[in-house]
Amino acid sequence: MSGDSILSVDRLSMRFGGIIAVNDLTFSAERCKITALIGPNGAGKTTVFNCITGFYKPTSGTMRLAHDAGAQIQLERLNDFRISKLAKVARTFQNIRLFPGMTALENLMVAQHNALMRASGLTFLGLIGAPSWRSAEKRAIDLARLWLDRIGLIDRADDAAGNLPYGDQRRLEIARAMCTEPALLCLDEPAAGLNARESAGLSELLLSIRADHGASILLIEHDMSVVMEISDHVVVMDYGVKIAEGTPQDIRDDPKVIAAYLGADEEEAIAVMESGT
Amino acid sequence: MTAPAPGPTPLSRAPGIAFIFKKALISALVALVLFSLMIGIRTEAGPTGQLIYWTRFGDLAAMVATVFGGSIAVELLRQWWGPVGTVRIVPPAVQSTLAVARRAIAPVLLIFTFLVPVIFYDQRYILDLGILVLTYVMLGWGLNVVVGLAGLLDLGYVAFYAVGAYSYALLATNFGLSFWVCLPLAGILAALWGVMLGFPVLRLRGDYLAIVTLAFGEIIRLVIINWQSLTGGPNGVSGIPRPTLFGIPLTPGDDGLAARLGIEFSPTHRIVFLFYLILALALLTNWVTIRLRRLPIGRAWEALREDEVACRALGINITTTKLTAFATGAMFGGFAGAFFATRQGFISPESFTFQESALVLAIVVLGGMGSQLGVALAALTMIGGFELFRGLDQYRMLVFGVAMVVLMIWRPRGLIGHRAPTVFLRHSHAISSDLVKEGHG
Repeated sequence: MSGDSILSVDRLSMRFGGIIAVNDLTFSAERCKITALIGPNGAGKTTVFNCITGFYKPTSGTMRLAHDAGAQIQLERLNDFRISKLAKVARTFQNIRLFPGMTALENLMVAQHNALMRASGLTFLGLIGAPSWRSAEKRAIDLARLWLDRIGLIDRADDAAGNLPYGDQRRLEIARAMCTEPALLCLDEPAAGLNARESAGLSELLLSIRADHGASILLIEHDMSVVMEISDHVVVMDYGVKIAEGTPQDIRDDPKVIAAYLGADEEEAIAVMESGT
Repeated sequence: MTAPAPGPTPLSRAPGIAFIFKKALISALVALVLFSLMIGIRTEAGPTGQLIYWTRFGDLAAMVATVFGGSIAVELLRQWWGPVGTVRIVPPAVQSTLAVARRAIAPVLLIFTFLVPVIFYDQRYILDLGILVLTYVMLGWGLNVVVGLAGLLDLGYVAFYAVGAYSYALLATNFGLSFWVCLPLAGILAALWGVMLGFPVLRLRGDYLAIVTLAFGEIIRLVIINWQSLTGGPNGVSGIPRPTLFGIPLTPGDDGLAARLGIEFSPTHRIVFLFYLILALALLTNWVTIRLRRLPIGRAWEALREDEVACRALGINITTTKLTAFATGAMFGGFAGAFFATRQGFISPESFTFQESALVLAIVVLGGMGSQLGVALAALTMIGGFELFRGLDQYRMLVFGVAMVVLMIWRPRGLIGHRAPTVFLRHSHAISSDLVKEGHG
């Protein structure tokens, strides 16, 4: 991996008491590419995500984020909301975390909080209705409208997010993350619970996000059709360690990966593969 | 059954007479066990300390019979009404009338409030009651920012009310500052206390937060009682200056307002002035809150109530967001406190007990958390209703309590439970209360 990497994770470990959830993990995600993190349940994928997005403090290891401008940010030194605010890393959640009692549009407006806070002069300019605030608000609504249009929810902009169908909520969460204008977008199982048609739509959306916005995407996914279709690079984890990485094609044929997924020995997996071909 | 039964078959849900009687019998039995000692036997200590008791089986029988009859009546009513979950089809004409009424209620209430001093000029009691209701409307709107919008349960709101009241009282009596100088100072001081309370409690959520805020309210009161040299302790502060109309006192003297306007002095002038003063303060609170809801900070408060983890993922600083909610709510409490001090002319720690916090919180919850109109209606119901039941003297609390219980069964999410969006592309639909979270910290 000598390319232009946006995120370099180096020897990341995370322990919870005696349990080692992530052990000495090293990988990198390239700029403007889609990197998939896969592995069986309990492999530690979400823990890696939580470390990258600041919800956990890693036990050891470093995570370096390289912005376009060349700024390098050590993610493990930032905490909590600062990762999103300063490092521009946005994320979605495995179990959707929208603001259910707020409309789709409001959800996208909340995502632009930091930019709008600055525009509203820390609320004071906004309170007196300054023209600069009004134009900033209009721009924010336009950005939200753009994203609602892209995910096909423009007609439901004024409906409560909690009332939207499941697939729409998934897409809205991605749009909300994109409204923070992130350098790196982390998606935790975006296709979970989607039917085949919705999954295909999601793949399309992610590819277009990469193409049009030059966004770098890191995703966890179980739906192999999505992973194989859209990822440029795949990292496979099992029991907290990296067992393989490479292009989707490499991974598909890797006996270690198949063994991990089938829960079988490596020899057995090879036997299965050979009998299959 | 003679029930008018449009729609689903009434037979399927009519459990029959046997069921109703069985249920009534069980209720009567429970009542018998409960009341046999409470009502059936009356005990008293005699003159020499011995136990005297006598039986009141007649009363007991009457009570049990009431429960039996009541149970049958309730069951019949329930059958007539049908299952709770059914959607009742309201004729479109009635629906549109209701919609118009709903939209008109706020302006009508506002206009009526403006006219109250004109209509009831001679009735001091009504004016005083109006001032009281408006004070609670303002307190409710202030607490609504913390509880309704940010979803932080604050049981010690009265502390900020006390800080505001004492700020004005002490600044005015010691330094002779006027009400209009002290009003912002009282708000700022209360907001400062809000931030001071906010810092230690930020990590707490739900029940723990409620307990700490409750303790904070008590601490403020105890400090006021015990810091005798500053606050006068339990004796309170008296001789607090009355407000002036920008320097013109409302007194019978030559420099008073009445003399300057060349009209005859009447003590009612001051009451009317106070009425419009609290109305202006309450409307300021309302205006600022409505404005704040449409600003990023207000949306962040509501987002915080909906999902704290998602807020963090979006780069929202939870600490400052919570602190601003506390400070804003506290500031309005401080304004209301300063008004209270100038209206009473005398304050003591007794005015700032937990009872007040509970009352204001009840107003917010009853009104529908987050709804400005709901809070105003709830304050009117709670304070005005309480006065309405004054004729019932000793049963007042009982009737009031029953009314509250019935109201909460009928409207579990408050009088106005739905949420109005802060921004919309095409139409602003109200959001059903089922989707809106109450917050848990």
